[in-house]
Amino acid sequence: MTLPEEQLTEQRSAVAEAGVRVPSRGRVVAGRFFGSGWGRAGFALLAAVFLLAFAGPLVSPWSYTDKDFTAFMAPPSAAHWFGTLQTGADVFAVTMRGMQKSLVVGLLAALVSTALAAVIGAFAGYFLGWTDRMLTWVTDLLLVLPAFLILAVMSPMFAGGQWPLFVFMLALFLWMVTSKVVRGMTVSLKEREFILAARFMGVSPTRIIFRHVIPNLSSLLVVDATLNVSAAILTETSLSYFGFGIQPPDVSLGTLIADGAKTASYAPWTFWFAAGLLIVTVLAVNMIGDALRDALDPGSRRSR
Amino acid sequence: MAGFLARRLLNYVALIVVATSLAYMLAASALNPRSNYEQRTPPPPPAVVDARLDELNLNDETPLFQRYLRWSWGVLRGDFGRTVAGDEVNADLARRAGVSLRLILVGLFVGSIAGVLVGALAAVWQYGVFDRLTTGASFIVLAVPTVVLANILIIGAVWFNDLVGAQIFLVSGETTPGLEGGLPAQLFDRLRHLVLPTLSLSLGLIAVYSRYQRNLMLDVLGADFVRTARAKGLRRRTALTRHALRTALIPAATYFAFTFGALLTGTTFTEKIFGWHGLGERLIDSIFTNDVNTVAAISCLAAFAVLLAALASDLMQAVLDPRVRMG
Repeated sequence: MTLPEEQLTEQRSAVAEAGVRVPSRGRVVAGRFFGSGWGRAGFALLAAVFLLAFAGPLVSPWSYTDKDFTAFMAPPSAAHWFGTLQTGADVFAVTMRGMQKSLVVGLLAALVSTALAAVIGAFAGYFLGWTDRMLTWVTDLLLVLPAFLILAVMSPMFAGGQWPLFVFMLALFLWMVTSKVVRGMTVSLKEREFILAARFMGVSPTRIIFRHVIPNLSSLLVVDATLNVSAAILTETSLSYFGFGIQPPDVSLGTLIADGAKTASYAPWTFWFAAGLLIVTVLAVNMIGDALRDALDPGSRRSR
Repeated sequence: MAGFLARRLLNYVALIVVATSLAYMLAASALNPRSNYEQRTPPPPPAVVDARLDELNLNDETPLFQRYLRWSWGVLRGDFGRTVAGDEVNADLARRAGVSLRLILVGLFVGSIAGVLVGALAAVWQYGVFDRLTTGASFIVLAVPTVVLANILIIGAVWFNDLVGAQIFLVSGETTPGLEGGLPAQLFDRLRHLVLPTLSLSLGLIAVYSRYQRNLMLDVLGADFVRTARAKGLRRRTALTRHALRTALIPAATYFAFTFGALLTGTTFTEKIFGWHGLGERLIDSIFTNDVNTVAAISCLAAFAVLLAALASDLMQAVLDPRVRMG
């Protein structure tokens, strides 16, 4: 006899609440994100880095291809804010250009790799059987292949403005671990009522995966995409450091750090500006990732 | 159980074979050993170059599949072919493997032990000064790529050496060539060379492991079985080490397999920057010198090492967790 009564009170409270605006999930997450010190600091840092990288070259009198033949290896001054290199290039201009490249490459590679992880993991977990075995095997194969070596061997193909290919190859070696996690979560999600309901209504499996499975993993994927940005930036820098990534005449933070390290002991400005800005960028991205994880899933602070 | 193990090993072997073959195909089609001869002055006659490339199985005019067959037939008999200079890849890599192994083992040992220790202590003193300091430090270390960290260490060491006016830290190579003196002097020399590369390799590991271990330890510290251990009269230290830490170590052992690949890459950078003549240094040089056979052999070794690490983490889990052994 209690059941109808409960339903009745539920209906009443629902009517009573109809006038009140229920905050959306996005607002709640944003509120939690900006409520934490890490989140605010990380967001402010990254915004500052972006502003510097993309607005800085507009106010600087030098472009990254300019050479000042009156100042070689000059320390920072009013004319050259970050000093100059051995070639006479303005350190501020080349560093900003390198940061633009690193940021764009990092963001794109993270997006592509997270998308790959979501689709491959979800397909493997949803269909199981042979699909799962094949996809898991490919995942394991890519984990076993030495990523640095493959990217380095392919580096001649990235020259001449082919950097989108570089972004894709970078992403190809970043998605495997997340895809394993996505697969595991899909296997358990598959048995939930709303998926079963969609299946019995005759919705096609592909549609179920894209409309129901992947949106339900969005919090994991958002955090993963953020952390992949820093992983991609670090990989890109390391490859470029050894001359395997972004190819000259274009510059990236990695090539600048490699050149700067040789002259750092007597011309510190050639090394520390590029290295410092790289560290600040990655630090900001990691802080945002951490704050996002807490904001999307308040219980995760303890369990991870 | 035996069937499961056999299938797993078979899968591992298949993965190594496919990964190595892919690496060979990619290297053989992307790298061009012929260009090594074109840069010489005077350029050698084409017939001589062709004969030499044929002898080394590096001729790009031979169809790729034919080169692959000749190479894989050699690998089946345990011969990885010859380098561009004509030396045996096997002998060259065997000599270098020892150098890399010393660096990796010391780095892994220092990194994992210090990382676990720092993480566990940070959890025990949660929100204390030590916890806050290590959390901040690990966040910063995780944002510094190995190539930058290694260079910062070198710059710092040179600055320090200038400051005290003596060569305390040595930044290049594994030993000082032509050093006189007995065993203690030799060991001390090696140690001075080892400090900075080990730091550059293990600082990242310490940061990762300490974050991971801290969270695992926090979960365990509140568990009933730790309270029971204390309640039955164990001292705090015994309860923490024998009961809490041991349980919290199990998931960390799984994590070991994932960090191993990153460790191999980190070793490559560290060796190249600090001038250690190991496998990693050879890897980077071999790509620059279009040394197809060496590239393929090193990727085979890397694939083998990653799978060995996966196997080792399974074994470690069995040692630490009685449930795995029994069930």
